[in-house]
Amino acid sequence: MNNQLNVEIPSDSEVIIGILNNSDSVLKKLYLAYFPMVLQLIVNNNGDEDEAKDIYQEAIIVLYNKIKRGDFELSSKLKTYIYSVCRRLWLKRLKQMNRYAGGDIKDFEEFLPVEEEVERHEERDLQISKMGEALKLLGEPCKTIMEDFYMHNRSMQDICERFGYTNADNAKTQKYKCLQRLKKLFFQQ
Amino acid sequence: MTMRDNQLLEMIERYLGGEMTLQEREEFEALRKKDASIDVKMAEHKDFTSLIKQYNERKKLETRLNAIHQEIDVHTLKEDLMAHPSWIVQMWRNHHSKISVAASVAILAILLTLFITGDLSNKDPRYIQLKREVDKIKGRTEQLNTKTDKIIKDGKANGPTINAKFKGTGFAITGNGYIVTNFHVVNGGDSVYVQNDAGESFHTKVIYTDPNNDLAFLQITDPNFKNLGPIPYTFKKSKSDLGEDVYTLGYPANDVKLSPGAVTGATGFKGDSTEYELYIPINPGNSGGPLLDSKGNIIGVINGKQTETTGVGFAKKSNYLLKAIESIPGDSLSKALSLNTKNTMANLSRTQQIKKLRNYVFMVKVYNQ
Repeated sequence: MNNQLNVEIPSDSEVIIGILNNSDSVLKKLYLAYFPMVLQLIVNNNGDEDEAKDIYQEAIIVLYNKIKRGDFELSSKLKTYIYSVCRRLWLKRLKQMNRYAGGDIKDFEEFLPVEEEVERHEERDLQISKMGEALKLLGEPCKTIMEDFYMHNRSMQDICERFGYTNADNAKTQKYKCLQRLKKLFFQQ
Repeated sequence: MTMRDNQLLEMIERYLGGEMTLQEREEFEALRKKDASIDVKMAEHKDFTSLIKQYNERKKLETRLNAIHQEIDVHTLKEDLMAHPSWIVQMWRNHHSKISVAASVAILAILLTLFITGDLSNKDPRYIQLKREVDKIKGRTEQLNTKTDKIIKDGKANGPTINAKFKGTGFAITGNGYIVTNFHVVNGGDSVYVQNDAGESFHTKVIYTDPNNDLAFLQITDPNFKNLGPIPYTFKKSKSDLGEDVYTLGYPANDVKLSPGAVTGATGFKGDSTEYELYIPINPGNSGGPLLDSKGNIIGVINGKQTETTGVGFAKKSNYLLKAIESIPGDSLSKALSLNTKNTMANLSRTQQIKKLRNYVFMVKVYNQ
C-alpha cells in the first residue's frame, strides 16, 4: 500500500528522536507514513475521510504525548500502536453514534490492547477542552494575561508594561482575579 | 494567623518557579510542614496551570497536524483504499448457498487431485533451494584440510571447529560488513560465518530476514574484519530484459566458481513475478550469490533451480532486494547502511570484473549443534 503511494516510512527510532527534538520534518514523515493505513480502516468500517482525519490526529496526539513522556517502548512497533489506538477510538465512536452494527470490524493490521491508555487520554482530553472553553469565556484582558503568564512564561514586569499598570502590585492583583475567574469558569462546566 | 489566598498563591508560584531566596524558601518549607493544606493547594495550582500550558501545546500541535494533512490528496487515496463490493460480492450475497455447495465439491475434487499427484506437500519435487548440505565425512576432511592449511599459513584458527551444516553464498552490500544471502541458507542455524576468497572466516550476526523474498542480511561482527572499501557494483532498480547476458559467482564448492548464463524468463518458478528465470549452470551452494549483468549491475540474488530441466535456475529480482534493504529497521543497524551508487566495473571485461567481484563474494557457513 505504502509503496504504491511512494511514501517514505521513517524508522521508529527516527520518529521518537525527532519528536523529542520537536522536529517538524519528522512529524510530517510520521503523519504521511501511516495516514493511508488509518484511512483504509475508517472508510472500510462505516466512516468517511473527515472522521479518518479526526481519529488519526487524535492517535498521533496520543503517541506524541506518550513519546514526550518518555514511555514509548520500542518493543511495540509505532505502526501497530497507531493502528491499535485508531481502532479503539473508532470502535468507541461507532458505538456512541449508534452506527456500530456489532460483531467484528474489518481489520487490516495486527493490534494491541490499548483500552486503558485511550481511556486516560480521553480523560485528559476532556480537561483540556474544558480549559479551552473556559479561556474562551474569560474575555479580555484576563485571557491575554493568563496566556502571557502561564503559556508564554512572560514575567510579571513584562505584563505590567504591556497593560500599562502603574505598579507590579496592581498587575499581580489583576492576575490573581483573572486566575480565580478562570477557575470558576472551568469548574462550573 | 491566616494568610490571604492571593499572597499564598504568589508564594506558591515563586516557590515552584525557584524565585525564592534561600531564607524565604526555608520559611515557606517550615510553613508547609505546619500546614498540610498548603501542599494540597500547591498540587492543585500546579495541575491547573499545567492544564493551561497543555491546552496551548495541544492547539499548536493540532495546527501543525492540520497543515500536514492539507498536503494529502485524500480523495484519490480514498478511492484507492475503498474495498468496492464487486459483482462477485453481489452474486455471493444473492446465491451464496448454491455457490457454497458447488465450491465444496470443487475444492474436494482439487484436493483429491493434488493428493494423488503429490502436489500437496510443501516441497515441490521439481524445485530445489540451492543451499549445500555438507555431509559429515566430507566436512571432516575439509575441516582437517582447512585446519592444516591454517596451521601452515599463520597458525591461528578462525571460526568454530565444528562442521558447517549448510553452505551457501553471500555478497557484500556495503564495504563496512553488511552482506546479503538467502533466508533458506541461514534459517535454523545457531551461528553464521562468512569466508572470503582468501579463506579467512568472520563471525556474523543475522540482522534482518525477509522470508517472503527468501533474503537474509548479515553483519560481520568479527574484530578481525577490515572494511572492504567501496563496492564496485551497483544495484539495478529497473527490470532486466530477456536474453540479457548474466553471470554469478558462488561457492558450490570450496573455491569460488563462475556460472555464466542468460535471463530466459520474466517470472520465476510457477510464474513467481518476483524472480527471473535463468539458463545458468548452478548447484547447491550457489544460493544467495549475486546475479550480475554484463555492466556489473546486480540484477538479482540466486535462490533456486529446477530439477526437471537441467540448467534452469531462478533469482530474486534486485528491486525486491532493494525493498528489503529499505525495510531493515534503523535500530538493527549499528553502522550506516548506504548503498553504493558508483559502478566501477561497467567498462571492464568479464575477467577483470570477476577479479574485482570475488573480493566481495563470500561463502556462507551455517553451524548448528
